[in-house]
Amino acid sequence: MVPRTPPEVGGMGHSVKRKEDARFIRGKGTYVDDIQLPGMLYLDIVRSPLAHARITKIDTSKALAIPGVLAVITGADLAKYNLHWMPTLMSDTQMVLPVEKVMYQAQEVAAVLATDRYIAADGVDAVEVAYEPLPVVVDPIKALAPDAPVLRTDKTDKKDNHIWHWEWGDRAATDRAFAEADVTVRQDIYLPRIHVASIETCGCVAHFDRVADKLTVWMTTQAPHAIRTVFALVAGHVGLAEHKIRIISPDIGGGFGGKVPVYPGYVIAVAASVLTGKPVKWVEDRMENLQADSFARDYHMTCELAARKDGTLTALRIKTIADHGYADAAANPSKFPAGLFHICTGSYDFQAAHVEVDGVYTNKPPGGIAYRCSFRVTEAVHAIERMTDLMAHHLGMDPAEFRLKNFIRPEQFPYRSALGWEYDSGNYAAALRKAMDRIGYAELRREQAEKRQRGELMGIGISSFTEIVGAGPSKHFDILGLKMFDSAEIRVHPTGKVIARFGTRSQGQGHETTYAQIIAEELGIPVADIQVEEGDTDTAPYGLGTYASRSTPVAGAAGAMAARKIRDKARKIAAYLLEAAEDDLVWEPGRFSVAGAPHRFKTIQDIAFAAYTNHPQGMEAGLEAVSYYDPPNLTYPFGSYICVVDIDKGTGQVKVRRFVAVDDCGNIINPMIVEGQIHGGLTMGLAPALYEEIAYDENGNIQGGSFIDYLLPTAVETPRWETDKTTTPSPHHPLGAKGVGESATVGAPAAIANAVVDALWHLGVRHVDIPITPAKVWKLLREKGVSE
Amino acid sequence: MMRVQLTVNGERHEVEVEPRLLLVHLLRDVLRLTGTHIGCDTTHCGACTVLLEDRPVKSCTVFAVQANGKRLMTVEGLERNGTLHPIQEGFVQEHGLQCGYCTPGMMMTSYAFLKRTPNPSEDEIRHAISGNLCRCTGYVNIVKAVQYAAARLQEGGA
Repeated sequence: MVPRTPPEVGGMGHSVKRKEDARFIRGKGTYVDDIQLPGMLYLDIVRSPLAHARITKIDTSKALAIPGVLAVITGADLAKYNLHWMPTLMSDTQMVLPVEKVMYQAQEVAAVLATDRYIAADGVDAVEVAYEPLPVVVDPIKALAPDAPVLRTDKTDKKDNHIWHWEWGDRAATDRAFAEADVTVRQDIYLPRIHVASIETCGCVAHFDRVADKLTVWMTTQAPHAIRTVFALVAGHVGLAEHKIRIISPDIGGGFGGKVPVYPGYVIAVAASVLTGKPVKWVEDRMENLQADSFARDYHMTCELAARKDGTLTALRIKTIADHGYADAAANPSKFPAGLFHICTGSYDFQAAHVEVDGVYTNKPPGGIAYRCSFRVTEAVHAIERMTDLMAHHLGMDPAEFRLKNFIRPEQFPYRSALGWEYDSGNYAAALRKAMDRIGYAELRREQAEKRQRGELMGIGISSFTEIVGAGPSKHFDILGLKMFDSAEIRVHPTGKVIARFGTRSQGQGHETTYAQIIAEELGIPVADIQVEEGDTDTAPYGLGTYASRSTPVAGAAGAMAARKIRDKARKIAAYLLEAAEDDLVWEPGRFSVAGAPHRFKTIQDIAFAAYTNHPQGMEAGLEAVSYYDPPNLTYPFGSYICVVDIDKGTGQVKVRRFVAVDDCGNIINPMIVEGQIHGGLTMGLAPALYEEIAYDENGNIQGGSFIDYLLPTAVETPRWETDKTTTPSPHHPLGAKGVGESATVGAPAAIANAVVDALWHLGVRHVDIPITPAKVWKLLREKGVSE
Repeated sequence: MMRVQLTVNGERHEVEVEPRLLLVHLLRDVLRLTGTHIGCDTTHCGACTVLLEDRPVKSCTVFAVQANGKRLMTVEGLERNGTLHPIQEGFVQEHGLQCGYCTPGMMMTSYAFLKRTPNPSEDEIRHAISGNLCRCTGYVNIVKAVQYAAARLQEGGA
């Protein structure tokens, strides 16, 4: 797309350098832990060493004897205010602090309030808790057995560990298609628990001002407005009204979905501040972050595909057991307990599909949040892209050729999928062909054949994913009843400079720059003259926040719509100033001129000044607008990734030799930032594909609870990503944009897994669950008798 | 309590500290130089990297008292007289940062690395920064940022 604005204006299509960088490169950002208030107290948390146990005694005397320890807060203390349990976003309940039993290892048991963070930690060590162990349920499939211990004994009517059953699609038509199929394939696929592990952990500074009767919370949250409302609803009975709550989400050191939930630590810190009238800081350490914050995935899927013998896909069937830990604290839109998992028909034209998901309780921390992905979309993409490859190999067809044969064709858009989604736009074959050209697909297949002759293991994997992001249209999408619109408020000052505020919150995505570019595009005001603010509920308009790639699709659209309202008013003012009819005015970015007389014009800056100094009689002064944008549909970014791996037969190590990513996120606001988002997303696709997993032993002990054994990729393991793009605008988004922050996380794992299986297929390997560790591959090679 | 004297970014400080106080907390909570961040408890992430006598150290694993009598440099010391260091410029020009949380540590590691290795290969850069974790960028642009700085420093900029 050729930019419509010159570089000095910096509208869409310009790689404008980021405004936010100025503070970050000087160490002048303000993250939660940087906030230090006079008289501030520190909160630290006592955590359970056991995964399931009755608490028989909490002895706080030794802790309270430490100079500087002011209080030890227990569940019994919170119970006095009915704050020991809190609701989850999925209408379940979760403990703030327990009064009876703990449900997972590292669960919060008590909190120590002290004058210093070291003394608080001393206090945590000195609290003595006696436990009576209870039987631990780790495996969600065993949790469903009739003789499994019932975990949620707090729910008097609960007789098992089953949370909910959800299904979608036409079961009868799908069963029929399977019965009539020439070929079917079936595979169990497990997507393990993983953790977003943003480099900044979670925390807050809660400050209850007793004089103003106002609570201010600086908090690592991706959704400050929704949090404010949740706080008001949950703590209204103790006097916290919504106009007396201010949530500030300052600079956020990465979110990726992990900073959507309300964690117990936040609530305890708020309670401690309200009770003491002093500011209270709680910042978790990395081990607390990895062991107790919400997890992603943990989906046990049984997937089946049906096809005709010519390679035409006909039907898809998936049954899933979803391990939610001890509480369903997923962060999904309320009507979607399994998120948008029913995007699992992917990029292919199916006659019929049916999916079922059963949510299950286990003795683990709450799960079901995102890992840089719109609600359960990675799970869906992994299932369909692994299965597509399996079917192609099974039929003896090239996986690229097989995909090209089954893709939804460009002329079928808008396309209604077998599971009911209306895809907005796409050109899947173009993206795959571009990726194949870029990587030299045919040549790689020749090389692979030669290497196989020599006994070397090389694989080529493809993933042609379709995402579903930008939730969402209010008729279907809400969180606790709050419709999933988002908002922008733009004020043009008399001198033509702008302040704009949004309902979202950047966690590194660069909103201060890209939102300014959207306004620059619409009003022709230079990016340098536009200040963007987010994250303070006292100043920004209400919005649902940043996750699920919704900032550009929803809040970005709101920015464009608000700017257009301003332009409409500017036209009226220009007509008045130019003594011309509104219809005779021509807009080009930054000015209105009279049609046929281009020398007669008024710039947007002239008009802004006039809006405050010389506006028409009868018109309100000022030049500002607010938009609450309710998207008519979701957006469907897509792409094709091709990955080449070499496998070391001696060690089982998988090395990603090349990785080409062709993405299509519609029209692009800032190409530099989009590429950066894709690089980051690819790395968070590589991570779970090869390295990351949070596993538990049979006693519920976490394996992978620190960076010692939870392995984030470093610069050495991460390949030099090769990126490219196609551009298929969204027909319904005001700017034709689709969102991009998560595409690569969603698409990459399947490409890598497919490449590994491709390398091992001739040995009889049909599937490997991620993470594909050297140990796993080595064991397979040993079984197949080829390990050196 | 112990008395510690140290020079941070050219400025002398004398403070009373507990022997167990970590250097990162001295910098952040006592001296209020909050550009140095904390990202883990196990010396893996590198967000807290500062230079101690020109050598990069992870300040979450150094006691404040170990810095007694020594010279320190933090991210706040990179800019001189209103002029950005080429490392800082490189991170902006090459989009080497997103959330900014790992950035100070990443820049301090790179700063020390380029002093030792003024003309590095890509592999050398990747190994040099492998003790600093970034969750946002995928490292590609961080490598480019370091290359940008290396080129500028070779030209004699700063």
